[in-house]
Amino acid sequence: MLKIVEIEARLFVRDRLNSLFAVLFPSLLLLVLGAIPALRTPDANFGGMRFIDSYVSALVVFTLAFIGLQRVPTVVASYREKGVLRRLSTTPMHPARLLVGQMVVNFAAAILSVLLLILVGYVVFGVDLPHHPLGLACAVVLGGAGTFALGLVIAALAPNARAAGGWATVVFMLLMFFGGVYLPRFMLPSAVQVIGSYSPPGVEALQQAWLGSAPDWRHLAIMGLVGLVAGTVAARTFRWE
Amino acid sequence: MAIIEVRDLGKRYGPRVAVDSVSFEVAEGEIFGVLGPNGAGKTTTVECVSGLRTPDRGSVSVLGKRPADVRAAIGVQLQASELPERMRVSEALALFSSFYPSPADWSERLGLTGHLGTEFGRLSGGLKQRLSIALALIGSPRVAILDELTTGLDPQARRDTWSVIEEVRAAGVTILLVTHFMEEAERLCDRVAMFREGRIVALDTPSALVSRVDGATRVRFVPSAALDVSLLEALPEVTSVSSAGEQLVVSGSENLLHAVTSLLARRQVVARQLRVDQVSLDDAYVELTGGRDVEDR
Repeated sequence: MLKIVEIEARLFVRDRLNSLFAVLFPSLLLLVLGAIPALRTPDANFGGMRFIDSYVSALVVFTLAFIGLQRVPTVVASYREKGVLRRLSTTPMHPARLLVGQMVVNFAAAILSVLLLILVGYVVFGVDLPHHPLGLACAVVLGGAGTFALGLVIAALAPNARAAGGWATVVFMLLMFFGGVYLPRFMLPSAVQVIGSYSPPGVEALQQAWLGSAPDWRHLAIMGLVGLVAGTVAARTFRWE
Repeated sequence: MAIIEVRDLGKRYGPRVAVDSVSFEVAEGEIFGVLGPNGAGKTTTVECVSGLRTPDRGSVSVLGKRPADVRAAIGVQLQASELPERMRVSEALALFSSFYPSPADWSERLGLTGHLGTEFGRLSGGLKQRLSIALALIGSPRVAILDELTTGLDPQARRDTWSVIEEVRAAGVTILLVTHFMEEAERLCDRVAMFREGRIVALDTPSALVSRVDGATRVRFVPSAALDVSLLEALPEVTSVSSAGEQLVVSGSENLLHAVTSLLARRQVVARQLRVDQVSLDDAYVELTGGRDVEDR
């Protein structure tokens, strides 16, 4: 199993464009936005915060949605399409372990990306360190689980890698919209804001854990539930060839 | 003792019957060939033996157990199965080695050592095929199932691969070989099962299959003067006569050549461009399966 994780990690790193994008992009975007003076000045519009403070959770949403929906479904569906999973079925190792290895590596990348974001925000712009580190960890893990599980459902149901990529992109766009990545959440209608609180990866819980007091346990529970339901659906419907 | 036992195997996909009551046994150390046209049920049969598919009917046992319970003892090379594009040859070997208790390294013997750093997506078809063989043998299997072993290899690489297979067998490994190259079956296989429409239509040694074909000897020539075909047909040694352009093709038993040339001498006809062929497994294949194989994927 260690060997699988090692090799999956190498493949992840070798895919430079995707891996650098997933790990570095949120921090880079924070640097770019933070370079604009108006966005690092506290404003009543942003609830008395700076724009960059209000936007950090959206950057985490980007990371989790990008890895969970742009990487996971296409890689998994192409493993099936190319017969990699079928080939592994003939060995003593169950092909599910390859998918577990995939998840471990992608999760590690997501966590690395979030840690880097925290560091850059703190060092460069003085963004507070997470107020509720355990809450943030839970929000990232549960939100990530929900998003990755949606990616796996798509990989399970899509007929091929191309379709998986297409479907996943639609879901990716929606989650980015509700997660306040395209437009900051304060600009969105309140109904959309509410949907965003409950749609994975759960921007509200991320924001509350980072710069509020604590995440709302109901938001976290919903993320866990999404992960559980989607994970079950994916496991039930998954085809190995 | 039979190391592979297939009894009354049946498998259908929806309404289509892929395999219908197939039975055979493979003895330890044997190279057993599976031949037949596209869609004859060859791949489905070996997939059941490799534990990839569950039969609808009948039983399959390898080493006396269900194939799925002895995966570590079975090495499989599948048609059209790939690896992740960017996985290097060395990584694929390391990954697959980690699945088995006592891995064996065939990479040098298969000429892969110069390509260890190459990514799978950049390998030529022949190298992909050789890697696939190396991965099938990596677990030191007791049974190796090789589906379309040398498809995609050039003639030299094909011959090299055959000698690798002979080495593998010399190490005591039993081999189930799916092929549509008759030359390969004749050279490697101890016994051959010919499949047609989901059934085995013949199962024997390659030479016994060849001798089943009527008109095992064939004489071709262009007669120097007009010759009455019925005279040839009247010879007891002749089973059939056909003409292709001005060339005559006479098939018959072993003494055919002598009988035909004697007749020609009596009639003072000279046989130009005379050729004598012995029937090969190729002909036996066409006769037994009722059609030439189309390039099998």
